[in-house]
Amino acid sequence: MDLVNTFLIGITAGTIYGLMAISMVLVWRSTRVVNFAQAGMALLSTYFGYEAVSRLGSFWIALPIAMIGGALVAALVEMVLIRLLVKHSTSGPIAGVAPIIATLGLLGIIRSVSAMIWGGQDLRIVGPVSNDGFTINGTTLVFSPLKLLILVIVLVLMLILSIVFQKTNIGLALRASAHAPEIARLSGIKVDWVRTLGWALSGAAGAVAGMFQTVNGNGTLSPDSIEFSLLLVSGFIAAVIGGLDSLIGAVIGGLVLGLMISFVLMYVSSGLFFIAPFVILLTVLFIRPQGLFGAKAARRA
Amino acid sequence: MQRRHDVHKKQSRDIFLFILGGVVLYFLSGIVDELRVYQGATIAVYVIAISSIILLTGYSGQVSLGHGALMAVGAYAAAVARVELKLPIILCFVVAVLAAAVGGALLGAAAARLSGPYLAGTTLALAIGLPSLANQFSVLGGEQGLLFDVGFPPLSLGEDFTQYKWFFWIAGLAALLSMWVIKNILGSRYGRTWRAIRGNEVAAQLCGINIARSKILAFTMSAGIAGLAGALLSMTIGTVSPSAFPLALSFSLLTGAVLSGLTTLGGAMIGAVVLVAIPEIADVVAHRLGSSEGVTTNLPGFLVSALLILTVLFVPNGPVEQHRARKAKHLALKQ
Amino acid sequence: MSLNVSNLTVHHGAICAISQVSIAVPTGKLAAIIGSNGAGKTTLLRTLSGLKHPTTGSIMWKGEKIVGIKPEALVRRGISHVSEGKSVIPELTVRENLELGAIWRRNAKESKESIDQVVSIFPRLGERIKQRADTLSGGERQMLAIGRAIMAKPQLLLLDEPSLGLAPLVVEQIFQTIRDLTTSMNLTVLLVEQNAMGALKIADLGIVLNLGKVVAINHAQALIDDPAVRAAYLGY
Repeated sequence: MDLVNTFLIGITAGTIYGLMAISMVLVWRSTRVVNFAQAGMALLSTYFGYEAVSRLGSFWIALPIAMIGGALVAALVEMVLIRLLVKHSTSGPIAGVAPIIATLGLLGIIRSVSAMIWGGQDLRIVGPVSNDGFTINGTTLVFSPLKLLILVIVLVLMLILSIVFQKTNIGLALRASAHAPEIARLSGIKVDWVRTLGWALSGAAGAVAGMFQTVNGNGTLSPDSIEFSLLLVSGFIAAVIGGLDSLIGAVIGGLVLGLMISFVLMYVSSGLFFIAPFVILLTVLFIRPQGLFGAKAARRA
Repeated sequence: MQRRHDVHKKQSRDIFLFILGGVVLYFLSGIVDELRVYQGATIAVYVIAISSIILLTGYSGQVSLGHGALMAVGAYAAAVARVELKLPIILCFVVAVLAAAVGGALLGAAAARLSGPYLAGTTLALAIGLPSLANQFSVLGGEQGLLFDVGFPPLSLGEDFTQYKWFFWIAGLAALLSMWVIKNILGSRYGRTWRAIRGNEVAAQLCGINIARSKILAFTMSAGIAGLAGALLSMTIGTVSPSAFPLALSFSLLTGAVLSGLTTLGGAMIGAVVLVAIPEIADVVAHRLGSSEGVTTNLPGFLVSALLILTVLFVPNGPVEQHRARKAKHLALKQ
Repeated sequence: MSLNVSNLTVHHGAICAISQVSIAVPTGKLAAIIGSNGAGKTTLLRTLSGLKHPTTGSIMWKGEKIVGIKPEALVRRGISHVSEGKSVIPELTVRENLELGAIWRRNAKESKESIDQVVSIFPRLGERIKQRADTLSGGERQMLAIGRAIMAKPQLLLLDEPSLGLAPLVVEQIFQTIRDLTTSMNLTVLLVEQNAMGALKIADLGIVLNLGKVVAINHAQALIDDPAVRAAYLGY
């Protein structure tokens, strides 16, 4: 029974990490930047969702509102920050590391501003369906309707996004703008807007991850919470495991990460909660640096 | 022959400057009040820590968000050496440097094949994960941490010589020494090798440079220096605990390094002073605005992050370098 | 004159790449631009397609000033630029690379028709339509790049050294195709080339650039016969 529970906990946590990873992959595939502020933006969007829930009472209305809020914030960031970055910091020792540092700074700003506005209070978001485990044959699993819902929604999202990327014109424009912005320009693509769109999509995905991470935990929302730190790191790690270039990889990477953490916590030691992601990341980077589904060249960002 | 003569002249000039710096600090500590002396010690610590990042990121081009964790390693090593092994203070610092250097070597070995965001993300994961590891081992004192007591200043310095002054002296001396050592390292063959790697890895390889070994060496040295800073930081606080090395610390160090210009050692002072000044400024601003507790606690973090972004966007190579570049451009356009 | 360049000066930072260049190219004609390395040929094309801003001077295309207009907007006005070297996206398939060319027109039917047209011009692309572009040979990539440019139904085609790195037989093929396209699609073409002879042979007009300045403009054949040009660029 323990085994099943561990497995299910891992899967659910994993789908949320997968969502965060999707949003990082979206930014990477459209602008070739790793957005370390992703978790911060997810946090902010979740606060939007919280405000919506507390005023409107419905999680299902709050979710799209959080997504739209997330998309807008992300688009704004891209338009202001990233374009400024491209203009000013393309030479000198700072060139390679500038986007990393800038997104990190952004993370700090979002975190501290959120803490200033909403911090200190214990805010809760209640999920749309119960988080009490299913009962089969008298034993209660940890797996609940909520966790099932999360799993389904994440898979659906992943499917939709994959279709958009591979089969639509806008997806083609997104991919072209990421791989070769100049060629995309010369093909008539408005590369600046396309990149903004990529960020907006990623912001929406991050919002969903933040909302579900909150309701899946004990529902509390705070900038210093464990969930937030974990989200911060796991999104990136899951994306790396899957290979930064692949949406499917992101989901699978998330699942793998979720499962591994779950098993380590259960069978090795619960104190390794924070160091486990690091070790897992190192192992993956050692064994297969391009990730499970990544292209060979992806590692050398 | 002429070149060697010039190098010698430069070295003696540097030694003179450092001695001068030491004398200035000595006088300063006499005339300034206790709080400033304490801040002075903290500035010295930050100068050392920031220089370690300058070495790693500015010179060898590797981004590390985990230096807070490396500082923690040094601090814990020093504390354990003091508490368990009862070593004299100087040796404790040496232990700190060595322990952190070992950590750096391991991390560097792992990191040698990574670059850019992969390296940053890995060190980020480390920064979040490592300090909490201390909670697992009782020898490391768990949540409350270990005591790190450097002892009282020797009586020979007079009865008025306060604890904080003693901290300042130790930290200041350590900073001066470290700066001198680092400057020499950066000016040496190693420094040049790192810059070559940062400039163009493939070209460097074709010149016969062993990239991995060089990178690992940079990490090791940088970590050792950070470890020293960590031990010194713990000295000023008096204890070592996970809460002294949060993610915010790594961020602050990075900010300080970016402010200092990433390649200018002299700029490290600027970065360190700014970092120590920010909580003060934040306090003043928050009081002026009469704000809530929420604002006050988070304002320093906000300011640091905002500074980081603004610097990276508008003054990417640091104010010192920016000024230099602007002057050079003016000169070029005149001709 | 559909393309009119007047007193164009372009800088790269402090260095002057093109100085007071004036060129007029009639509609439907192929102009070969030749000159040694560093003569400013690539800079000229990049300025025409909007990738680079000139310091001074004006460019008139179809009677309108186009300096300062973004590249993606110029594509909609009929200017297609095949830049030097890597002008295909290796990670995308051949079909996707082609579709990219027509993407701004947002017309799936037209896009498909255009692909059929390109495939009829370059049958090899048809054979490899589903493959990733990085599996193509050098010559095939060049065909793909030109094919993508044609997908946009351009009126002005800017080609930067299409023969670079290609085997002589392939080069001949490509040059011939360019000539045929100029005539059949009534294109105005600027062909920048190091392969001066090959370019001049298919061209109507020849322009010689040296150190950022125009040193000769004439009918292509006249330049071929010119002994100074022959000595400097044609090797005999």
